[in-house]
This record gives sequence, C-alpha cells and structure tokens, in this order.
Amino acid sequence: MTHVGYLIAGYGATFAVLASYAAWIVSKKRALARELPPEERDPRWP
Amino acid sequence: MRSDVTTRVLGTLSIAALALLAVMALVVTPADVNQLDAVRLIYIHVPLATVMYAAFGVTAVASVLYLLPRTRARKWDVLAGAAAEIGVVFTGLVLVTGSIWGRTTWGVWWTWDARLTTTAVLFVLFLGYLALRRVGGDPDTQARRNSIAALAAGIDLPIVHKSVEWWRTLHQKSSLLDEETFLHPHIHGSMYWTVMLGIGAFLLLFAWLLIHRYRLAKLEDRIEDEDLERALAERRAEALTGSP
Repeated sequence: MTHVGYLIAGYGATFAVLASYAAWIVSKKRALARELPPEERDPRWP
Repeated sequence: MRSDVTTRVLGTLSIAALALLAVMALVVTPADVNQLDAVRLIYIHVPLATVMYAAFGVTAVASVLYLLPRTRARKWDVLAGAAAEIGVVFTGLVLVTGSIWGRTTWGVWWTWDARLTTTAVLFVLFLGYLALRRVGGDPDTQARRNSIAALAAGIDLPIVHKSVEWWRTLHQKSSLLDEETFLHPHIHGSMYWTVMLGIGAFLLLFAWLLIHRYRLAKLEDRIEDEDLERALAERRAEALTGSP
C-alpha cells in the first residue's frame, strides 16, 4: 500500500475529532442534566 | 434513566456504517491507477463535504423559519446554532483531509484555488457566526441577528459548490453531485458504492450529532433561565430584608 502515512493522518484525524466531539456533547449533556431537579429531567435525555 | 431508543438506534447504525466504510475504503476497494492508494482519502473527504453542505443547509432553513413571522419559534434558532457548530467541525475536517489528499496528488498542502479558498471562507464565516451567537442581548433580538448572519454566511454555500464550474480550478469538477454526473457518475463499481456508503454513514452520524447537540443547547437554555430566575429571587429577597 502507498501513502500509508497520509492515510493514517487523514482517517486518524477524522475519526479522532468526530469521536472526541461526540463524547464532549454526550458528557456535557449528562453533566447539565444532573443540574436540573429530578422531576424536571426529560427521561429520554439521559 | 432510559435512553431515547431513536438516538440509540441511530448511534448504533452510524458506528456500524462507519466501521463498514473503513473496511470498504481501506481494504476492499482497489487502488487508483493514477492516485494509487491516496484515492482512499476521497472516501471520507467527499462524504465530509456532503455533511458540510447538509449542516449549513439546515442552519439556513432553520434561520429562515425563525425570521418568518408565521413560524417564528426559539427552537429554530437553537437548531440553526446546533447545525452550524457541527458544520464547522465537518468543514474543518474537509479542509484537513483535502489538504492531505492535495499533498499526495498535487504536491502541495494548500493552494489558493477557488474551491479551497471559498471553503476556507465558509469555515471562517461560520466561526464568526458561532462567535456572534455568544454576544448577549434580549432573546428575540439575538435570534434575529443570528438568523440574518447565518443567511449572509450561507450565501457562500452555493458559491463553494459552483466554484469548480465558475472558475478554472485545480480542484476537479464534481464526480457525483451535479446535474450532469448524478445519473452518469464518473466513478464506477466498488469505488462508487464506497463513496455512497460514506455519504450515508456520515449523514447518519450527522443526524445523531444534531439531535444530541440540539438537546444540549436546550438544556443550556433551561439552566441559564433557572440561574437567572434564582438570581432575581435572591435580589428580591435581599430587597425585602433590606440587606445589601
């Protein structure tokens, strides 16, 4: 296979950024949901 | 607490589709005669660009819906902001993967080609839009300002798409998504279906991200409102007791 370094950089950057962004959204959403009183939390939004 | 079934299914499908894409793109499809294995970057670059268009398209439509008196609702502004943030992330990745591919094929990391330049301008415009969303004001004024800014920035979207036709560019013309090539694409076989799989996989991921980012923005709004109410209640209590 040619251009292995370029492929690792391209695929690595893409999947790392998207996974980090998704993890940030989910963890921040969970942290904020905990700040709400239990009766006001939407059960669909953990 | 139970999770929303729809987003869980969407998330699982996205991961499965992205895993299949990685196998198809890196193992199954053949190398290109001219580009050799660098062609494998196209299987993520084109889908990322498709999501970029979709995300900013959602921002533009939601902004119009906010500006129209009949459909004006806070949710459209929240949706526009959520989609724009995802769009900026994807545009950044389009520029990075495009730059890496450009280095292997054109021999340079960057050139002031019309497609590249208009895409970089789009990235900067929507970064500015996200910064503008943080500027304070009353909610309606803020949302109107956001909507107008999104539509102004969105003017660049068709310019990016048409740039390869309007100017003589180093970037090749559209291989899939224009009127002429949609029914008769220039690429065939497993390469074509891998690009299509990539578009489907990244669109699924976009839908998942959009739902979660929208919910996060709604939560941020609610908590901001509650903090404001709490601060007002404290001030009222202080006024009643006469303490500073």
